[in-house]
Amino acid sequence: MSLRVGVVTFPGSLDDRDAARAVRIAGGEAVSLWHGDDDLKKVDAVVLPGGFSYGDYLRCGAIARFAPVMNSVVERANAGMPVLGICNGFQILCESHLLPGALTRNDSLHFMCRDQRLRIENTSSSWTSDFMAGQEIVIPLKNGEGGYVADERTLDALEAEGRVVARYLDMNPNGSRRDIAGICNERGNVVGLMPHPEHAVESLTGPTTDGIPFFTSVLKSLVNA
Amino acid sequence: MARVVVDVMLKPEILDPQGRAVAGSLRRLGLTGVTDVRQGKQFIIDLDGVVQGARLELLETLAAELLSNPVIEDYKLQVIEDPA
Repeated sequence: MSLRVGVVTFPGSLDDRDAARAVRIAGGEAVSLWHGDDDLKKVDAVVLPGGFSYGDYLRCGAIARFAPVMNSVVERANAGMPVLGICNGFQILCESHLLPGALTRNDSLHFMCRDQRLRIENTSSSWTSDFMAGQEIVIPLKNGEGGYVADERTLDALEAEGRVVARYLDMNPNGSRRDIAGICNERGNVVGLMPHPEHAVESLTGPTTDGIPFFTSVLKSLVNA
Repeated sequence: MARVVVDVMLKPEILDPQGRAVAGSLRRLGLTGVTDVRQGKQFIIDLDGVVQGARLELLETLAAELLSNPVIEDYKLQVIEDPA
């Protein structure tokens, strides 16, 4: 029986189909979840996809955080269920306080869309165990509000605890503090990532297939759990 | 009838690229002496009845948890009873 990974669709989600496809390519069963329904349909893990939930009104992710599905996601995440938030999903995880800090307007004020080189710095999280420590990857990045901010104490704690999952290389596309592209919670089951691994799972459509290990990692972590 | 006004501003230590862009524009349009611009949001909430007790407490909670993000923003809530 293949493992079930839920992908939530909010009004304004864009990348839910690509996320579901990435789950299938990695060997999992993708299960569609709806923002207005708190039933997680017995999934083993959840992906909060990219896009513009609720039109990014108020603040990115601020309204999605209060969607019925999020009550269940937060509860299960606190109990150890793996959750990956990509781009807008990362913003929702921060607004939900599952991850510390916040994402703000790019310092350049420009929407950035490029193939971005990253270094994977944590290979013990549920979503990055299939990478090698220090592995460099290239996956698409596309955001207008991707600048990661947190107070110095939080940033120091993230560094000290090895919770910076990925860092930008070559250039910092959005003014993120300490070049942070992704972080995880203390337990390592909740990961937020600004770039898009789900767009780099097939050579036909992606710059690389470097995104696949994020999805194979979680499937292996669930089997070993 | 009451009106609640909530002002939300980025905390002083958070970079405000929009404010910075507006500052640049003000200077280009001839305004001299601009040292800084910060951009914020204002919510004007009109309600029936009076705002006090548990209702005021709920408004404070919503201002802190929905209208603002305490990680990056500060808010100021003001109640105006019987706005003209």
